[in-house]
Amino acid sequence: MYVLRRWSVRHARGLNAFYRGLESLLVAANPLWRAIGYERVDHPMAVVERVFKGALFDCTMCGQCVLSSTGMSCPMNCPKQLRNGPCGGVRDNGHCEVKPEMRCVWVEAVAGAARIPGGAQALSTVQHAVDRRLQGRSSWLRVVREKTGPRP
Amino acid sequence: MAARGPGKDGAAAVKFDDEPVPGYPLPILPGHTSPGRLERVLRAGHFAVTTELAPPDSADPQEVYDRANIFDGCVDAINATDGSGANCHMGSLAVCALLTRVGYAPVMQISCRDRNRIAIQGDILGGAAMGVCNVLCLSGDGVQAGDHPQAKPVFDLDAVTLLETARTLRDEHRFLSGRKISCAPRVFLGAAANPFAAPVEFRAQRVAKKVAAGAQFIQTQYCYDVPLLREFMRRVEDLGLLEKVFILVGVGPLRAAATAEWMRKNVPGLHIPDAIVKRLAGAGPSAAQEGRKLCVELIQELREVRGVSGVHIMAYRQEQSVREIVERSGVLGDRKPWYPGRDIPNPEQRVAP
Repeated sequence: MYVLRRWSVRHARGLNAFYRGLESLLVAANPLWRAIGYERVDHPMAVVERVFKGALFDCTMCGQCVLSSTGMSCPMNCPKQLRNGPCGGVRDNGHCEVKPEMRCVWVEAVAGAARIPGGAQALSTVQHAVDRRLQGRSSWLRVVREKTGPRP
Repeated sequence: MAARGPGKDGAAAVKFDDEPVPGYPLPILPGHTSPGRLERVLRAGHFAVTTELAPPDSADPQEVYDRANIFDGCVDAINATDGSGANCHMGSLAVCALLTRVGYAPVMQISCRDRNRIAIQGDILGGAAMGVCNVLCLSGDGVQAGDHPQAKPVFDLDAVTLLETARTLRDEHRFLSGRKISCAPRVFLGAAANPFAAPVEFRAQRVAKKVAAGAQFIQTQYCYDVPLLREFMRRVEDLGLLEKVFILVGVGPLRAAATAEWMRKNVPGLHIPDAIVKRLAGAGPSAAQEGRKLCVELIQELREVRGVSGVHIMAYRQEQSVREIVERSGVLGDRKPWYPGRDIPNPEQRVAP
């Protein structure tokens, strides 16, 4: 929802802190996920993620969440899905070239990143090409697997 | 075309000793990534002039040559647009292939709007095989802006990941998939920047990302506000980018105050200060002339801005005026960029395209 999405950017700092906590919990629970099996837990986790992030960020479940690097403004809501910064068509009022009624997700991202410690730095990170196979899968579990190393 | 006879100007003060023979690749100089003349001109420290060719709505190759040869002797490279404004025209790869046949130095524009990574990588290899030495990596205008708003926008990559992809092909000799390629495309990589659109404070940082992803030159959106550009260039310099990237500032003649007003309203991200519109309105019936004069003055002013390596002249439907603007600005000095037939053709150059 657009209104909630804008609220999330205004509360980027708190949401980022909340996510950090959640991520630690998920990482700590790694043995549990491993016991159940990552493939089996992926779908239920993706459902939770879809509900939660769908409400707050209009998440489209790309499966490679970069919200922490984009000031809690989801770049996949950009009509061009630009993950590395705004296009040259942003209007004078900061709205989108394609959807004039919507604020540019990157204007929002720059504002949100300023509220997160180290957020401006994170904006400079080059985001690599999206792996479209991950669409619909859990991004949280992917992060946990990356942080806990390859499966034995 | 190569046999068009002696050049328009017999003397060419700055010449490379291996000027192009149409169809023959030039050697790559030490420290260069492409055999192209644009990279040579920029690395030699000359003020470069590039322009834009609007591809025809036609399958006639002569229309491409007619649109290219009006720039003969006044530009270092010609951008072939890729469905600019999301309007359908002859494809940029084909335009470039036609241009390289007779020795022109095109900049192949690639937009992410119409093709996915499979098609784009194929086009980069194909373009390089046809003699394309410069590639401009763009996000692309949204389909809503053009004549086919019902089309599916692709945007599999964005401008930054497109740059990374092209660099991977060139420097790592492999596709994104990891599969090896036997001969890498030797291309000079460019990107666009709009220093004037929101969020203005992020624009230099966006250039830094593009440079980190492989951009070696930048062509900017139309500049009508030099103080704002100076501010942008200061930020670019502060980020330490001036040693890593050549910046060519976009300019273009405005035909009338009404044109300026229309562009302000209809071209997203375009910034034209009120003073410019007033000046054109004040010129009355000679507004077009005033617009060209203004463009000349802008080029001369930009030339003095630290870090500006050249200008990119976009004169849509006013292509004829580019020669006059370049000549009056004097930025080429006594340099006469190569064009087919500039030098008295030797027997080798008499090969028909």
